[in-house]
Amino acid sequence: MSLLNYTLRIADSSLILAQRISGWCSKGPTLEEDIALSNIALDLFGQANGFLEYASKLDGNKTPDQLAFNRNEREFFNLQITEQENGNFADTIVRQFFFSTYSFLFYTELSKSTDETLAALSVKSLKEVKYHLQHSKSWMLRLGDGTEESKQKTQDALQYFWQFTGELFEMDEVDIEMSKSGIGVGNSELKTNWDKMVNEVINQSTLERPVDAYMQTGSKKGLHTECLGHLLSEMQYLPRAYPNAKW
Amino acid sequence: MNEQKFQEKIDLERKIEPKDWMPEEYRSHLIRQISQHAHSEIIGMQPEGNWISRAPSLRAKMILLAKVQDEAGHGLYLYSACETLGISREELVQQLHDGKAKYSSIFNYPTLSWADMGAVGWLVDGAAIVNQVSLQRTSYGPYSRGMVKICKEESFHQRQGYEIMAEMAKGTPEQKEMAQDALNRFWWPSIMMFGPQDSDSPRTGNAMKWKIKRQFNDELRQKFIDQTVGQVKVIGLEIPDPDLKWNEERGHYDFGKMNWDEFWSVVNGNGPCNIQRLDHHKKAHSEGEWVRKAARSYSNKQEIINA
Repeated sequence: MSLLNYTLRIADSSLILAQRISGWCSKGPTLEEDIALSNIALDLFGQANGFLEYASKLDGNKTPDQLAFNRNEREFFNLQITEQENGNFADTIVRQFFFSTYSFLFYTELSKSTDETLAALSVKSLKEVKYHLQHSKSWMLRLGDGTEESKQKTQDALQYFWQFTGELFEMDEVDIEMSKSGIGVGNSELKTNWDKMVNEVINQSTLERPVDAYMQTGSKKGLHTECLGHLLSEMQYLPRAYPNAKW
Repeated sequence: MNEQKFQEKIDLERKIEPKDWMPEEYRSHLIRQISQHAHSEIIGMQPEGNWISRAPSLRAKMILLAKVQDEAGHGLYLYSACETLGISREELVQQLHDGKAKYSSIFNYPTLSWADMGAVGWLVDGAAIVNQVSLQRTSYGPYSRGMVKICKEESFHQRQGYEIMAEMAKGTPEQKEMAQDALNRFWWPSIMMFGPQDSDSPRTGNAMKWKIKRQFNDELRQKFIDQTVGQVKVIGLEIPDPDLKWNEERGHYDFGKMNWDEFWSVVNGNGPCNIQRLDHHKKAHSEGEWVRKAARSYSNKQEIINA
């Protein structure tokens, strides 16, 4: 049960962020960037699919698609940062940079999992995440050290998304159990490296690290911001409206 | 003298390359045609992009997103091919925004159900492939090579579209109804994608002589109809044309009258989505302005630092 829950958390973060990023398709600031963002979304959908297949096996009852399209808001465990709206390009880049830095550290650890499936899925994901991190880092530099306008927009984005970074390192009883048994990652231990990597890029981008303040929390219990309900109602519309249909 | 050599080269089926001499009219014809083609790929991202967020399965979502991404890639090749003729991508986009450059009118129709993802892939991409296969032999080298690359990916898209239609046609009664409705809405606009009947097509003359265009509109349209009728039958749908029937003598299907008034009306801006499609593109372009500026400014600073 804990392993299923743990797997769903990983799957859901990828799925929900992929759904968000795919919203950029045909709206990118350049054609090249449109293609790059679609690539990232495709990678994340692929990762979500892999973890959902494993979750489906563990569940023994629901298919990966049923897990994606037939659960309600309170049954989703994605990190709240992933469900936040795309906003402007700087918002999307900052959200991606925070999450990809985290994912890089997380999958690096999870690829050593005693659970072979999780380890294998992590190795594959890590390759992709390295590119996502590179992509968002290079944009952090260009936007932070670009024009006054881009700097301000990126600083505002840092400020907004900061409140969702506390969740990345939270550990509840499921995390503790998984980490102790060698299956999962001790997320709280990732924070030092995350801080280091994030600070370095923020400095290089001539931006300022936001001051630690109140951190949002809740996703591990299925508590979300208002953003998620709208995202799901759109994403799940067809399978919900035509429950007997195959597509 | 130049013109004679140019024509000899074309008659020998040699490709014209960017640095070769070419008549100005050849150049401007190509710019018009290739940019229209590029804009079609880019505007064509929107009707399918409309369903990415609502695709009904993980697999369907990944296939659709990858497909729309391919179209962006095709747009890139084609803009690059066009740039070899001495015009920049910015100028081309400006022409699109000013209404001076056109894109395929089919994208001014809305996508109203998931079955439309099937119809667009199967019929719209299907019709595009028939045209593009013919254009692989076009006389301008960069355009011809672009077409070879694009055709490979398009045939994937067409199969994926047909698969969606087939799946829905054998699905629940509601799904079958959606599939038939999509076919009804997209059939006529798809066969009109080949353009006016040759008797009414003003620019065919030189385009054929210069081998920019290799086959007549009506020939290509007939080829598409002949190959599609069988596919429709296999999945148990009906083509919305009571006059469609096999003509033994011609060895082709006869088909009904196309509504050219509607076609020209949509081309001239009165389709259901003309304003929406162009506004979407303009909005994305103008919202991206500060990002492009930031990237330029950053790269200028780096050049100074590294100098």
